[in-house]
Amino acid sequence: METLNNLLQTLNNLFLIIAEAIRGLFADPHSVWANLTMDVINFIIVVVIVVLAALILILLERKIAGWTSQRTGPNRLGPRGWFQTIADALKLMGKEDVTPAGADKLIFKIAPMIIFCLPMMTLGVIPFGKGMAPLNLDLGIFYFVAISSISTLAFLMAGWGSNNKYSLLGAMRAVAQMVSYEIPLLFSLLGVVMITQSFNLGVIVEAQSRVPFIVLQPLAFVIFIIAGLAELNRAPFDLVEADQEVVAGPFTEYTGLRWGLFFLGEYGNMTAMAALAATVFLGGWQGPVFLPGYVWIFMKIGIVIFFMMWVRWTFPRIRIDHLMHLAWKVLLPLSILNIFLTGLGIYIYRLVMGG
Amino acid sequence: MNMNINDTEELILNMGPQHPSMHGLFRMVVHLQGETVTKIEPKIGYLHRGMEKLAESRTYAQFIPYTDRLDYLASPHNNWAYVQTVEKLMGVVVPERAEYLRVIFGELSRIASHIVMIASTALDMAGWSAWSYGFRDRERILDLYEMTAGSRLTVNIMRIGGISAEPPEEFWPALKAFLDDTPEMLEEYYGIFFGNEITQGRLKNVGILSKELAENLSITGPVLRASGVNYDVRKAEPYSIYDRFDFNVPVRTGCDSYDRTIIRMDEIVESIKIIKQAVHDIPEGPIMAKVPKVIKPPAGEVYHRVENPKGELGFYIVSDGTTKPARVRIRPATFINLQMLPIVALGWKIQDVVAIFATLDAVLGEVDK
Repeated sequence: METLNNLLQTLNNLFLIIAEAIRGLFADPHSVWANLTMDVINFIIVVVIVVLAALILILLERKIAGWTSQRTGPNRLGPRGWFQTIADALKLMGKEDVTPAGADKLIFKIAPMIIFCLPMMTLGVIPFGKGMAPLNLDLGIFYFVAISSISTLAFLMAGWGSNNKYSLLGAMRAVAQMVSYEIPLLFSLLGVVMITQSFNLGVIVEAQSRVPFIVLQPLAFVIFIIAGLAELNRAPFDLVEADQEVVAGPFTEYTGLRWGLFFLGEYGNMTAMAALAATVFLGGWQGPVFLPGYVWIFMKIGIVIFFMMWVRWTFPRIRIDHLMHLAWKVLLPLSILNIFLTGLGIYIYRLVMGG
Repeated sequence: MNMNINDTEELILNMGPQHPSMHGLFRMVVHLQGETVTKIEPKIGYLHRGMEKLAESRTYAQFIPYTDRLDYLASPHNNWAYVQTVEKLMGVVVPERAEYLRVIFGELSRIASHIVMIASTALDMAGWSAWSYGFRDRERILDLYEMTAGSRLTVNIMRIGGISAEPPEEFWPALKAFLDDTPEMLEEYYGIFFGNEITQGRLKNVGILSKELAENLSITGPVLRASGVNYDVRKAEPYSIYDRFDFNVPVRTGCDSYDRTIIRMDEIVESIKIIKQAVHDIPEGPIMAKVPKVIKPPAGEVYHRVENPKGELGFYIVSDGTTKPARVRIRPATFINLQMLPIVALGWKIQDVVAIFATLDAVLGEVDK
């Protein structure tokens, strides 16, 4: 029993032990060089998470699409079609890289890079285990929302730079939609921040050791998921890349690996948003049974992503004016109500507990 | 110029002929003020094959496969309209069993066409699963075609004087199984598509086609009946043996995209009723009338119309007494139904225009001929 506990403890802290070992290679484990090396290693791990997540999620999405629409999904390449994404990625690399003659070349080329960078920056503040945040920021939530809102700019750049009417329409939709939904998204997180009195994601996870915040803040969770879907341009809010109306929106003119970068960025952003939901509302790396923390958080991320995909393949697309009504007339008042109720709850709690 | 402060520069968007939601080769030039449509110019003709002219250089029997390519989602109906026109010209009496088989295949094709319409309307609103549910069920109808006629889309099943083949043994149990599964099937469509809040928000009270406008544009079929006009050629001027069946003509008065879509569900229910009666009543006997090997109708002209899944499909044939028609004129249903699009879709968003176009159930094979 003792050895088993020790083994589990070791497993739980596996990555921390490895990190300590690497630091131990330096003469002074907390010198600038050691810190810099650790930062580089952390960054590489986040990049690997983003790319691997995209590879797995694209296959998962196609499998789920098959499941919901009563098809098989990819099943030819490798066992049960598991290598399909790799083949697709190789195919994308072999494609000709076309830049339209009328495009604003610099903006056209920078846009996919920006979108690909964002999930790596946002995933950096997510604690993947006890003390396992690659970047332990005190303003974690604030940083996350600030960085993820840059993707609006990338969509606008792609749409404007392509010099295509469909792209432009898609980009305009992206700006209208993402700017509107950022407000309820951030407001829904404020309830949690009020309870924990911290923007630090590590502290927020620690505070959920007994009960996850989805129980205390159910309304905020619903608002967060809806606004998050809209923020990610996932169905039913995928007006930006609505192929029945604006062909592929800002991505219409992109080919080959540039288009692939948009795709990677989309799935990376999805992972990041699911990670934030798992961290803030579902208890992050904390779990009821003793499993390593990183297993818990990836399981929770997986559940949120599965939910997003399930919704995507079930619902039809919402109309643009309904979308705006939902943001400004429903979600925003509800999120403000949630903040008010949370404040009231905290006040009553303090009165009762005499705090 | 009188400019509103909210007006922006007009954007002219060319949708089609290669566009994901244009149902084939339809093209429309959309004038946009932001997302709002201010003018639509439909451009058709990208699938024009000169069907009517082709008919003049084919014998009467040779033209039957061409009619498959008109409304290719309900090919037995097109065959039916054409062969009945020729039969009317020649005065051929079709055997009872062939008439019943024609009704069965005609109504099956109506169900198949309506399923495709519902599915593709869902797809135009990004309801991917609803789309594949529809195509899953339509597959079973195509299997029934294949058992009998050998082909699945362009079935070419009717002949002048009867029907091309007797359905095989396994056809009848398969048909019965399909008919038994239909209530569950329709419930599924309702659950995944019509019952959805987003669907209802996007279709209800959108694209109002008033009763007067529908009548003035001589719109036919489910689009007309969704505007509250009780008109169905099967009842108004019963052809074949439709006067023997007990069925209703579903009429809805919403005049909007939602009613234009859900009325097809009602029609599927009625078609199932007709097929069940036909299967029950079908007599034994020959499936082809005695028709001469070389078809040479007497000189004269004839017009005949049937109720195609999309509306009224008419054939007008002028014969000069030779083996080839002197002139064939087709009255396509969706070509005429399509005329409402530039009027009705004004002032709505692009997304609504896509949905309104989908509810017209236009098949470009029939529009362009």
